Amino acid sequence: MLQHLPVLTIMVPMFAGLLVPLLARVHAGIVRPLTIGALGFSCFAAIHMLLHVQGGHPIEYAMGGWPIPTGIGYRVDGLNAMVLVMIAVIGLLTALWMRRSIEDELPAAARPGYHAVLLLACTGFLGITITADIFNLYVFLEIASITSYVLIAMGRRRQALYAGYSYLIVGSIGATFILLGIGHLYMRTGSLAMADILAQFQANPDLYGMSDVRMAFAFLVVGLAIKMALFPLHGWQPGAYTHAPSASSLFIAATSTKVSAYALYRIVFSVFGTEVLVSGLPPVRDALLAMACAAIVLGPLIAISQGDLKRLLAYSSVGQIGYIVLGLMLLDERGLTGGIIHFWNHAAAKGALFCVAGALVLRTGAARVDDLAGLGRRAPWTASAVTVAGCSMVGVPLTAGFLSKWYLATGALATDRLYVVPVLLASSGLTAVYVWRILQKVWFAPADVEPRVGAEVPWSMRLPTLVLAAACLVFGIAPWSVEFARDAIAALGIAP
Amino acid sequence: MILAIDLITHGPLLSIGICLVGLLGIVAARKAPNVREGISLTTAIANFVIVLLLHARFRAGADIGGTLVEIVPGVSLAFRVDALGILFALVASGLWIVNTLYSIGYMRAHHEPRQTRFYSCFAIAIAACMGAAFSSNLFSMFAFYELLTICTYPLVIHAETPEARAGAKRYVTYLLGASICFLLPALFLIWSAGGSNPTLDFVSGGLLAGSEASHMTLGAAFLLAVAGLAKCGVMPFHSWLPAAMVAPTPVSALLHAVAVVKMGVFGVCRIVFYVFGVDLLAELGVADVLVVAACFTIVVASLVALVQDNLKRRLAYSTISQLSYILLGAALLAPAAGLAGVAHIGFHAVSKITLFFAAGAIYVALHKTKVSELDGVGRRMPITMTAFAIGSLSMIGLPPAAAAVSKWYLVEGAIDAGRFAVLVVIVISALLNAAYFLPIVWRAFFNPVPEGEESGRHEAPWPCVAALSITALLTVGLFFWPDIIVDLAAQVAGYGGGAD
Repeated sequence: MLQHLPVLTIMVPMFAGLLVPLLARVHAGIVRPLTIGALGFSCFAAIHMLLHVQGGHPIEYAMGGWPIPTGIGYRVDGLNAMVLVMIAVIGLLTALWMRRSIEDELPAAARPGYHAVLLLACTGFLGITITADIFNLYVFLEIASITSYVLIAMGRRRQALYAGYSYLIVGSIGATFILLGIGHLYMRTGSLAMADILAQFQANPDLYGMSDVRMAFAFLVVGLAIKMALFPLHGWQPGAYTHAPSASSLFIAATSTKVSAYALYRIVFSVFGTEVLVSGLPPVRDALLAMACAAIVLGPLIAISQGDLKRLLAYSSVGQIGYIVLGLMLLDERGLTGGIIHFWNHAAAKGALFCVAGALVLRTGAARVDDLAGLGRRAPWTASAVTVAGCSMVGVPLTAGFLSKWYLATGALATDRLYVVPVLLASSGLTAVYVWRILQKVWFAPADVEPRVGAEVPWSMRLPTLVLAAACLVFGIAPWSVEFARDAIAALGIAP
Repeated sequence: MILAIDLITHGPLLSIGICLVGLLGIVAARKAPNVREGISLTTAIANFVIVLLLHARFRAGADIGGTLVEIVPGVSLAFRVDALGILFALVASGLWIVNTLYSIGYMRAHHEPRQTRFYSCFAIAIAACMGAAFSSNLFSMFAFYELLTICTYPLVIHAETPEARAGAKRYVTYLLGASICFLLPALFLIWSAGGSNPTLDFVSGGLLAGSEASHMTLGAAFLLAVAGLAKCGVMPFHSWLPAAMVAPTPVSALLHAVAVVKMGVFGVCRIVFYVFGVDLLAELGVADVLVVAACFTIVVASLVALVQDNLKRRLAYSTISQLSYILLGAALLAPAAGLAGVAHIGFHAVSKITLFFAAGAIYVALHKTKVSELDGVGRRMPITMTAFAIGSLSMIGLPPAAAAVSKWYLVEGAIDAGRFAVLVVIVISALLNAAYFLPIVWRAFFNPVPEGEESGRHEAPWPCVAALSITALLTVGLFFWPDIIVDLAAQVAGYGGGAD
């Protein structure tokens, strides 16, 4: 069983996605259990693999039994096992959470299709993460992108179509860049298997000087930067998060950009080798550091003035993706730990906050920050979740966000990049401003303001919210995520 | 025996835990005010008993503490009972009892709304104080420091009027802003200064003693840490304290004369004595910056206090000035001065809480908030104003009041350190303190009651009077028997060879 888990993790949600629209014609009630069952399986498989790869036991899988450089290989190591768990857990929680939300936001006829698209999107993201073949990565990237466009465009307002369309245009440009990069790389190395390409680079460092290799790296970096909405290439993202159905916002915000960021990690470590940043193309590293720092400060700065909660959270995500890229660019054990644990930490905090935004949409029809007034009085559970997740975004000690910042800052000090510390602190300060603005409304609304949030949302929505919020505390106090990240780094070959 | 065993491993946790249990009780009994206040008072007493037991065990030489959870190597949530911590815990937990008594009288006489939130946040605040007091490393202290800021915000915004909102906003902006911008990078620097074996654990004599980090880095870390501990009220990071005076008087009394501000100076003492160590700071020379800032604050805050007509604001500026005595004591790096600084944490606390209690009692009984309205109040509220007079004497540093002891050691320390300019500051400040406190006492006792006002005796409700009498008696009592505090302070500062 274990030997086939890598492929089953992908195939189960994929086939469930294909079956859902067909079975829905027979019996509509099967859609939700099937979706939850498929994602639950992926979840189980991902966690199982994460535990299995600890201590440096990667799982290799050759599709159809074809030997690796010829056929497509899947490979699970400490790094992508963490990302797989993140995607599968968020996918499962979204599926559990979304019942009432999509009943409210989507016409009945569209709901089975929505489940199918969500499953396929999950397949795409899981596939990007698990594959060890660079062209296969592109294929899954396309699956994930196309399904994401659909998930966004299903929003009930007309702006959703526009947001989905503009993401389609920008995302396709990004995907084209990535394909061009892969093409250039293939021309030079004649291989698509990551391990094979990496071996060629290690055997012959002169390759880094070749202009087509440089071009390949530049294309890949820019393409992925668009996909991960790295400042200033984030234009598509706020609109998409704002106008998508709440369930899509939740799933996409908590996973999609981070999967692209993971792809950047993978390309640096397993395709080109870290030398590409150090001696191969150092300007790329400087540029990405600058972009990450700009994102970290400007994301929350723009978020402060937003009146729409989903848009506010979207800009906040622009900042948070900067942390993950920063961690990679520091190329230091501590910095990388900060970057890698931030995959989980941000997924938990942002997931919880988008759950709350979705609850707000369910109750008031929109996600205006002002409508949060009095939430603490009417919906104390949800309000507590906002508080914990918000504190984690700021980086309050004993929440998950603090650990990310701690490792990034000490990593920056260890590599003598002192300027990063004020950048991180400024970001914490700016985040504190908008989080405080939210909490002020939630807990300290004037008594004469009648809360627009009528009552607590149903448990099907509340429980996933609370699970994610609790994760913000657990990862902040019990440092499991750090243990996993250390293992991942050890497997990637950065000496602790 | 079982209790004794538990106290050794879990004593500090027990102290934090009892506050949180009290919190649950308070919330559960929200519909029954008498039960709720009873639980509050019981929790306060139980907590004080635990701290007293810990104190006794500590004096007997027990090493009490342990690590709860390690988050990053060298960064953990861990507790240890030591001299400075037990001193702060004794002060905060002891005065919490009196303050709870006072709150019951004050909040009821005033028909304040949201009393459950009030008592709940108070319980969390004390839990945070206990946590910080017993923290055995800088990270734990930082975590509880932030918790204290957050859980006192609802207390400051209590009235929810526009002024309260504005004051609370300033409060949280200053305290959170400073700790994020300055204290957090100081933590990064101090942790990274450990090289391959980084740690944040407090060590008597300084965890950084013998560090190989550059003087530039260490000096920057010290200044950042002190600036980040804005709760200590040193100028220019002081203006949150007058703004916080919009809170109900019990909050101003316990939090903004004892718990919150003392957490700030307590933090600075930790930084001076346990993180850097006196020797390293003498070598770095950066403590002089703190000496200058503290002297400046002492004089300027006193000058500002002179012109405040609102009684609570005058007390707030007096607090700012007095806190800088503690900073000055620590920054002079002489054992006697260090003792003075640390002991002043306790002495100032009992004196200043008395003054705030008196101010609140006047407000409750006569609805007066301004100094200029206090003519003849001494005849109407003799007990309250006598207590106020004792508190004033203590602030000036005259016997027979507690703070005279710490002032005396401070003078000794300044002479030891050869800082005669500091002596001048101390003298000027004592004169200024007299200039803004004695007229109040004079006015209350010797000016006639204004015409058209009643002149009969009219004290505040008995819990208020009882509370302020207790603290006034404590103020006098600690002058005659200061050993409980001075002994602990001597251990912290290494006075008379008593370093722990």
